[in-house]
Amino acid sequence: MKLKLPNPGLDERIPTHAQLEKLEVEEADSRPKWDNKTQYMLTCVGFCIGLGNVWRFPYLCQSHGGGAFIIPFLILLVLEGTPLLFLEFAIGQRLRSGSVGVWRSISPYLTGVGIASMMVSFLVSLYYNTILSWVIWYFFNSFQDPLPWSQCPLNDNRTGLVSECARSSSVDYFWYRETLNTTTAIDESGGLQWWLVLVSLCAWTVLYVCCIRGIESTGKAVYVTSTLPYVVLAIFLIRGLTLKGSTSGIKFLFTPDVNELINPQTWLDAGAQVFYSFGLAWGGLISFSSYNSVHNNCELDAIIISIITCCTSLYAAIVIYSIIGFRATEKFDDCLSGNILALLNTFDLVEGSINETNYDAELQRLNGTSPDTIQGLQLKACDLQTFLSEGVEGTGLAFIVFTEAITKMPVSPLWAVLFFIMLFCLGLSSLFGNIEGVVVPLQDLNVLPKKWPKEVYTGLTCLVSFIIALLFSQRSGNYWVSLFDTFAGSIPLLTIAFFEMIAVAYIYGIDRFNDDIEFMIGHRPNIFWRASWMVISPLIVFAIFVAYFVSKVTEELTYTTWDPDSESFPKLLARTYPGWIYVIIFILAGVPSLAVPFVALYKYIQNRCCRDH
Amino acid sequence: MLSLLLLLLSLPPALALECSKDHQDGYQVRLSIKTALGDQAYDWNESELFLFKATIAFAMRKYTKNETYDVSNIVVCNETPRVSFWFIVVNPENPTLAITKTRVEEAVRVSRNRINNAFLLTDKTLEFLGIPPTLATPVTPATPPWLIVFGVVIGAVCAGIVALLISSFVRGKRANKAKEFAEEDDQAKGADKGISGETFEDRNGVYNQAFSDDDRFTQL
Repeated sequence: MKLKLPNPGLDERIPTHAQLEKLEVEEADSRPKWDNKTQYMLTCVGFCIGLGNVWRFPYLCQSHGGGAFIIPFLILLVLEGTPLLFLEFAIGQRLRSGSVGVWRSISPYLTGVGIASMMVSFLVSLYYNTILSWVIWYFFNSFQDPLPWSQCPLNDNRTGLVSECARSSSVDYFWYRETLNTTTAIDESGGLQWWLVLVSLCAWTVLYVCCIRGIESTGKAVYVTSTLPYVVLAIFLIRGLTLKGSTSGIKFLFTPDVNELINPQTWLDAGAQVFYSFGLAWGGLISFSSYNSVHNNCELDAIIISIITCCTSLYAAIVIYSIIGFRATEKFDDCLSGNILALLNTFDLVEGSINETNYDAELQRLNGTSPDTIQGLQLKACDLQTFLSEGVEGTGLAFIVFTEAITKMPVSPLWAVLFFIMLFCLGLSSLFGNIEGVVVPLQDLNVLPKKWPKEVYTGLTCLVSFIIALLFSQRSGNYWVSLFDTFAGSIPLLTIAFFEMIAVAYIYGIDRFNDDIEFMIGHRPNIFWRASWMVISPLIVFAIFVAYFVSKVTEELTYTTWDPDSESFPKLLARTYPGWIYVIIFILAGVPSLAVPFVALYKYIQNRCCRDH
Repeated sequence: MLSLLLLLLSLPPALALECSKDHQDGYQVRLSIKTALGDQAYDWNESELFLFKATIAFAMRKYTKNETYDVSNIVVCNETPRVSFWFIVVNPENPTLAITKTRVEEAVRVSRNRINNAFLLTDKTLEFLGIPPTLATPVTPATPPWLIVFGVVIGAVCAGIVALLISSFVRGKRANKAKEFAEEDDQAKGADKGISGETFEDRNGVYNQAFSDDDRFTQL
């Protein structure tokens, strides 16, 4: 009754239940093992909780109807995220191998899925570590008072502030000019920036020292990198709630707009966020789970990690928006005081006669008596809602909005140091999974001599990645990072996840998989899990893939640039990509996705040739 | 005779210089005391104005280095409830002459800090309209602070890498040595007892490398 594709020779490639039992009892397995369950859970939590939970989820929540967004997020988490998580944990634990090993065991034609995972993990780790190196740069610069991004530098003849800074803001200037020294377009490379090369070197060496022995070393590192963010978020929560205006931020975040539920974009974004947030299809989770004992309860693990990820996303969103509320209120107050001062000065009124409460009434009165003067003053329109909804996702949130908020808090360097160390830990723990997803397949594919120790594998990976990532240390590096972010991590992952589910449900066989789970945890998966793996989750992933693909192919691809000479400055200018970028996009998104069918074809041809001979 | 009297009568008004708004040599001053000091704001009254005149006179004396300016040489007019007014500085020897705008500006700039502090205000809250505030040069330390932190972190990380690599190497060597001994031991014991298939681990439990060398020698 159930559809199952023919898969000869499966039993020869995978260990039987009896063999697994023997391995378990005798502990003669040469694979590395987790020291204890806590390490495993902390590593998985660290991998799933990353920068996206801090700077993507709160933005999505707020822009898609606040509290109402949680509904599609939760629904898709249950239907798409948790089943895929359980699947990856179970298959890794059963077949006891990294991503390439697992898919190769199921069928040699599926090796492409593992190779695609490895490629995606590699490409993403390149730009992700660059973002971490920017975090490190800001962290290093936080050890001074006043913070360098709190004031504009003076121009050459000391008569005023640098024009670029005066027209935008000191935080914008520090980010775009002193950190990135960005050019105006992606084709203007501008050369390497030595300070960015240094912090990139720092980022890769820190990653190397943590990953040097695989899970033996990352297992120790995660005690710090996975727990510190929670501590820092708690500190920021307490600090944030005691600041003026924080509650307006939280209210803004959660005010539900039920109409957003009808908008398909909301569901698409929720699905994509669940998918990317869980670190599915990278291969890291399969690897981590393969170091567990055979009878580890992976079902419970999947549920616990889903709950933790969901709660952490909400927790981080509350903290972020309390600080954003504070910043928006400060900006609103500054704007209003500026206007009040202008009125007082022009009409020579006593100080304190106009304040926040009677501002509107007084303005009306003065407008009635002398409208021309009021017109001449060009008072700014101060609206709290505008300030609250100012571009608050991605690097803009961390390096512009949040840094500005920090400069307004007392004892700013302390908050800056805490914030950036938290971001660093969040990103580093996600990178552990990425590196695992690159190094273990490399070992499985026998690309390098087998007797080389693990230290050399990780060292080589980090060295090659550092050299390639020098691309992002150029002046145009920021544009390359957003290019990679948009294309390297999106379409290939959806393809891989889709094939993973098809492979396990139909090529490996759902019956065999159910038997395996019964052997491992003691009971068969219930109808919900089976229905998700066979029908629901693949459909959802396919839908997201199609929607994403169509939207990217039909629209004209643009990117935003920082151009001091443009008319809309300081707003970012949208430019279209030059023609040769499409080749790069194809390499980033197309090559990993196409690796799946191409490797299958290659193996098929190889098989036919061998059989003929 | 009468015309001379009339002439004499018309002179006194010309002797005292008229201070007026938008006078070519005058400056407008604006104080924002409540903004600066909040609850501890003082009231603006005649005494405070006297202090202001005194500070400007002091600024002129400091700038010119010997000319004796007095509070009567600072003429103030157009006071508003906002606490803003115009002032002109007149020459102490010839009260009909006003000191030029540029000289007054330079004098104020030189002593700006002292004038501000006399009123517990800053450049922003004690404004001389038309005189830009002197921007303080930001302090730039010799080595940028971030390089120092970078040096510390890189040093620690490199030390960590070296330590880990050495310990891996040592561990690997010890494991190899123990393997050699294990093979020799196995061959010897195998010959004694004639058991070929038993693994080393089965007979002796978990092999503790810490006591490896001593154990082997005594058993042999």
